[in-house]
Amino acid sequence: MVDLIQQAKDAGFDQAEVYRVSSESQPIGFETNRLKEASRRDTSGAALRVIKDGHLGLSATTDPAAESGLVGRVGELAPFGAEAAFQMPQQGEYPSIDIYDPAIESLEFDTMVQTGQTLIDAVRKDWPELNCSASVSRGVHKMSLVNSAGLETGYKQTSYSVGFGGELVRGEDMLFVWEGHGASRYFIDTDWMVESVKQQLELSQETAEAPSGQIPVIFTPRGVSATLLGPLMSGFNGKSVMTGSSPMVERLGDRVIDERISIYDDPTIAGAIGSRPCDDEGVVSRRMPLIQNGVASNFLYDLQTAGRMNKTTTGAADRGLTSLPGPSTSVVDIAPGDTAYGDMFAGIKEGIVVERLLGAGQGNQMGGDFKANVLLGYKIENGKIVGRIKDTMISGNVYDALSKLEAVSDKAEWVYGSLRTPAIRCLGVEVAAAG
Amino acid sequence: MQNALKGHGADFVEIRLEESDSSRIQYRAREIEEIGRTSGRGGSVRAAVKGGWGFVSFNDTDDLESRVKLAVEQAKAVGSEKTELADTEPSVADVPPVLVNDPGNISLSDKKDRMDHYNDLIWSTPGIQSSTVIYGDNKRRVHYVNSEGAAVDQEFVHVICYVSAVARDGGDVQQAGFSIGSLGDYELVTGLDDEIKAVGKRAVDLLKAPGIEGGERTVILDPVLAGVFAHEAFGHLSEADHVYESDQLKEIMVLGREFGKPELNIVDGGAIPGLRGSMSYDDEGTPTKRSDLIRDGVLVGRLHSRETAAKMGEAPSGNARAISYNHPPIVRMTNTIIEPGEASLEDLLEGVDDGIYVRNWYGGMTSMEMFTFSSGEAYQIRNGRIEEMVRPVMLSGNVFKTLNDIDGIGNDLGMNQGGGCGKAGQSPLPVSNGSPHIRIQNCLVSGA
Repeated sequence: MVDLIQQAKDAGFDQAEVYRVSSESQPIGFETNRLKEASRRDTSGAALRVIKDGHLGLSATTDPAAESGLVGRVGELAPFGAEAAFQMPQQGEYPSIDIYDPAIESLEFDTMVQTGQTLIDAVRKDWPELNCSASVSRGVHKMSLVNSAGLETGYKQTSYSVGFGGELVRGEDMLFVWEGHGASRYFIDTDWMVESVKQQLELSQETAEAPSGQIPVIFTPRGVSATLLGPLMSGFNGKSVMTGSSPMVERLGDRVIDERISIYDDPTIAGAIGSRPCDDEGVVSRRMPLIQNGVASNFLYDLQTAGRMNKTTTGAADRGLTSLPGPSTSVVDIAPGDTAYGDMFAGIKEGIVVERLLGAGQGNQMGGDFKANVLLGYKIENGKIVGRIKDTMISGNVYDALSKLEAVSDKAEWVYGSLRTPAIRCLGVEVAAAG
Repeated sequence: MQNALKGHGADFVEIRLEESDSSRIQYRAREIEEIGRTSGRGGSVRAAVKGGWGFVSFNDTDDLESRVKLAVEQAKAVGSEKTELADTEPSVADVPPVLVNDPGNISLSDKKDRMDHYNDLIWSTPGIQSSTVIYGDNKRRVHYVNSEGAAVDQEFVHVICYVSAVARDGGDVQQAGFSIGSLGDYELVTGLDDEIKAVGKRAVDLLKAPGIEGGERTVILDPVLAGVFAHEAFGHLSEADHVYESDQLKEIMVLGREFGKPELNIVDGGAIPGLRGSMSYDDEGTPTKRSDLIRDGVLVGRLHSRETAAKMGEAPSGNARAISYNHPPIVRMTNTIIEPGEASLEDLLEGVDDGIYVRNWYGGMTSMEMFTFSSGEAYQIRNGRIEEMVRPVMLSGNVFKTLNDIDGIGNDLGMNQGGGCGKAGQSPLPVSNGSPHIRIQNCLVSGA
């Protein structure tokens, strides 16, 4: 391996940092109810970030033979780069976070195949006409970071994920059902996924005519993930705040949504996908409250954005190999409320449940808006689910909807391993249905 | 590469090696945010044994023999049926890149000056809160060989430019954007002054634009958004990998089925030249072509890989594409086009007393039956006239209904070259889509 820091020093750069990643993943895929594909993907690369005469330069490569050329290349780029607003950080006191499980590294191919096939067979026993697909994947990811301030850190992280579902085609009616989970620790219990898929199928047996207008909506944990998370979190990204394009600008300390909602960014939760001891600039990970009891409390920063704002980084830097770091959420943790999920339906004469969306994230997400077709959702009548809704769209603004909060469920659930959230019932969502 | 293919013991093996070189310039608000260059090298091997696939990807391309061995082992562990691949004549070719104006001949400082100028244009509108300007170019050389004797070298140069503007009034944040891309033509991202000035103005104007109520409306789509509609509403459903193993879907998507009015014609093809999705061979070495998907309102064709073509007893169409060496080729669109009809825009507007004119795009998505696509701009139509701007809307449809609700097809044609397509974790794949203006009755529109 080339000593890029030394080369960068020799080339006269003021500061330098080398970010290396290497990962191995082994996904297997099932199609039409049986195993179809087994893969192994190895990726590795190095990125050199420097500060030269006060300007930032970045160059990266996945070609080991090209690494020695990075120093020359980044020297050509830096004069055009942004003005650096930070110093490379020194070594931190990194917490020990449980993100590595040797059981994932030694997981047998046959066990993975069996896991996928068992899920498919279990659902098809009751639903033989369901056309199932599944994926089971294991991976090992290594990150290392060194910089000219003497920082030298890195970690090894495992990941394991299982997802499965299917399509049910009846005439021209198509229903898609899916369940999945990911973690950095191995998990054996997947029975709940079978139950979840079966429940989706059962609740969708009947099709109900969706109501239109502003009606109560229950977002399941998956529905919160699909609908509310993106537009809400974009407002707490330090970069949107820096450019003045977040609705949260100058709102720290203000009540911005209902007091029953508290949201944290927490990369220290054991076993979560997205947890890590340090961020992608080597800054120590910590649990960061973003909204506490409805009050906006912190924004997420990396070094450069924090420097530009005269703030301190919150350890939220995230990067791909080929781009500069920027602030991002790691693991989002939304505190549970006090209503049992079953009781959330009480008193709803006409409403809907939102599970999954089609097309979320298009449009003015930065302003907190959401708009999407409901890919999987149900109609509520007199406090009970009466069937699946189709050809229905929802739209609204997340700050408005979460200010018109009606209930928060008393249990927070993991959604794919990097979000933990309760179900949320609110008003302020416009529903438009065809027909 | 050829040596690594010897004695593999599989039904089929292919090797892909790639080298790439990309540049990127990005502005955020008034400042340059990032300027970077990346070089890449990597490869992959895909093998088929008894209908099962093994796939291995890597950055270290030295020991191809052992990669082939691993891919074959994996395929053996999977396969229990029969490998079926449509017969194709093994292609041997070295295809030079399409280069109209090579971005490689333009200095980084010239590219930066151009983007600097665009950012200034956005900020020339009073009331702008923030902006993003992104320029990128990418040169990618792909070497492909397979165990049947195909050996295809291809090189692609892509250029993209994306701008957006943000305006804010207290807690009300509005944004507008524009994107364009080209195959090997730097000139296409120059001379965009008018378009870019308009983006700034639109973001500010949107703060005062009224919203509209959701519901079913008559909508007229401009060629760019209608292209996105063609891609989402029908293109994905014509990809045979969704259909080839499902008896029910094969029945629903049977060739000869009527999907639209007789005026509706939709094609797709990598062989259509000079567009973002144009290429001579797909990523299985199959020569591309122009495929009729809907002719006179009737389903007449679909998009295939060699496997889906063999299993459905149809001809391969050259639509197996991989976004990079990191992924196996899957069935994808290339350039998807609704062919022009007879109507002028005035004809389409005539008789629309209350409707919406939608232009430009934010994105789109499909679940096959239902689909959504989002406009970048929306205007109220009253009594046959395009009137005030309203906030952009999302539109949604159902493939079994909405194509048949197209009751007017314009006589113009515009291409949307600014998008990329995502499927099965492979995004953004360079594609283009295009259309004339079209009118759709009873289209479900979100509130805004």
